[in-house]
Amino acid sequence: MSIAAAAPQAAPRQWRKPPFIRDPRLRYAIYVGALIYLVIGIGSVNFNWDRMVAGLDRGIAFVAAFLAPDFTTRWTDISKGLLESLTMTLIATVFGVILSIPVALGAARNLAPWPIYAVCRSIIAVSRAFQEVVIAIVFVAMFGFGPFAGAMTLAFATIGFLGKLLAEDIEDIDRDQVEAIRATGSSWFQLLNYAIQPQVAPRFIGLCVYRLDINFRESAVIGIVGAGGIGATLNTALGRYEYDSAAAILLSIIVIVFIAEYSSGFIRRRFL
Amino acid sequence: MLQIEGLTMRYPTGDLALDNVDLTVERGQVIALIGPSGAGKSTLIRCVNRLVEPTAGSIRLGDIDIVRMGRTSLRRTRRRLGMIFQEYALVERLSVMENVLSGRLGYVGFWRSYLRRYPQSDIDEAFRLLERVGLDHMVDKRADALSGGQRQRVGIARALMQNPDILLVDEPTASLDPKTSRQIMRLITGLCRERGLGAIINIHDVPLAMQFVERIVGLRAGEIVYDGPPSGLDDAHLTEIYGEEDWSGTRAADREEEADAAKADAALKVAARVDLPEMKKVAAS
Repeated sequence: MSIAAAAPQAAPRQWRKPPFIRDPRLRYAIYVGALIYLVIGIGSVNFNWDRMVAGLDRGIAFVAAFLAPDFTTRWTDISKGLLESLTMTLIATVFGVILSIPVALGAARNLAPWPIYAVCRSIIAVSRAFQEVVIAIVFVAMFGFGPFAGAMTLAFATIGFLGKLLAEDIEDIDRDQVEAIRATGSSWFQLLNYAIQPQVAPRFIGLCVYRLDINFRESAVIGIVGAGGIGATLNTALGRYEYDSAAAILLSIIVIVFIAEYSSGFIRRRFL
Repeated sequence: MLQIEGLTMRYPTGDLALDNVDLTVERGQVIALIGPSGAGKSTLIRCVNRLVEPTAGSIRLGDIDIVRMGRTSLRRTRRRLGMIFQEYALVERLSVMENVLSGRLGYVGFWRSYLRRYPQSDIDEAFRLLERVGLDHMVDKRADALSGGQRQRVGIARALMQNPDILLVDEPTASLDPKTSRQIMRLITGLCRERGLGAIINIHDVPLAMQFVERIVGLRAGEIVYDGPPSGLDDAHLTEIYGEEDWSGTRAADREEEADAAKADAALKVAARVDLPEMKKVAAS
């Protein structure tokens, strides 16, 4: 205090946050380059105004159909499709989850030795590399049209999704708790049950419910390429230009996704 | 009881954590291991139950060498080495009872532990220990709902559930307030006396160590530089262990501590009276 008071008043020292890119020439070159790229990029998009105007009518017809969705005419098809999608979703999620657990354990660097880690990470990489629709096309070709190919697709995609996220969660667990259980002389499976499972369970349950939700939405998409379920029904309705039935299908999907959303929130609150 | 000879530990990064350490713990002897951060205290006790693999040396428990042990016998030996941790290391989402029973994992099979169907004798022992550490009213509370002192008591009960021969205690009081620190140290040393357990206690707080144990080992940069009774530990030794510093504060604190201890002693006597039936039971067995 006294030293500061005694010192002569110096000019205030300047401070500014150092820029992310130190060299100003490089910095401005990147800014200008990004701007030019954006302009060229926008210029390269082909807006076909005539086509857009022509399509507008159909778009309006589609939106208008939402105001008067027709649940009754095709109700048997819609309910059958929805039921098929839900069955497909549930089966795929259950099998996907069961298969993803060992994959996740093997893909967690703090649990698995190097060779097992490499194998499990490859399984996850392959599963995540392909979008559901691509896998569905392959499986439809392999197993034929219908919900079986769809269920296989969703189960396969679930392994990659849950395997990766669960493995990352396992890698993030508190090491002290693992050490403490190991110090009691526990076996490997006891370690899993006592030190790892309690730490990852809430997030794991949350992820499973979330994946159930995703799988249902995906089931609508992969149905379009022939993997059964509500997507197939939707595809048929659109093919016949029955926009009111299509609107009914989409509204049903929205309602089910909403229900899934709320129940998943409830389930997560219950388990955290 | 526990005989450490030529224990050396070099981390893969090349840091020498322990340099040819020799240390013998007699049956029922409680040792405080002091030293600056990074001196290798934690590494030393983690080598004993091989949470850390030592580079060289031997650790004999009775007549078996822990260092050269296979997986199965290591598991069996870990049961005899109870460990207590700095941040308690309880499994946060398990209940107090589950945490305490986890001390029996080395004794029971997978399905018994998975279904939480422990033998009645284990459950009796868990209740007895929880009563001893004063937490028998919190059996089904989740561990993360407990205060620091309570968590450490659960940690102690878990370690004792193993029915160990030796306790390895890593900074038991570092996360606790001064009063709770004393209570926990008193509880640990008291339990060691009751059960005739040996213990190695890593501890930062030198006055606290001097107050509660009969033997102090000073570790500096992986080497033992002091081994003797608390009364022999003077400023020169502290300088040797920790480096140059004005130690008069420690000694002043030491004197305050003694006054404190007198008060605490009275409390201890009351506590001992309360614990008397418990002590008798232990003596009888």
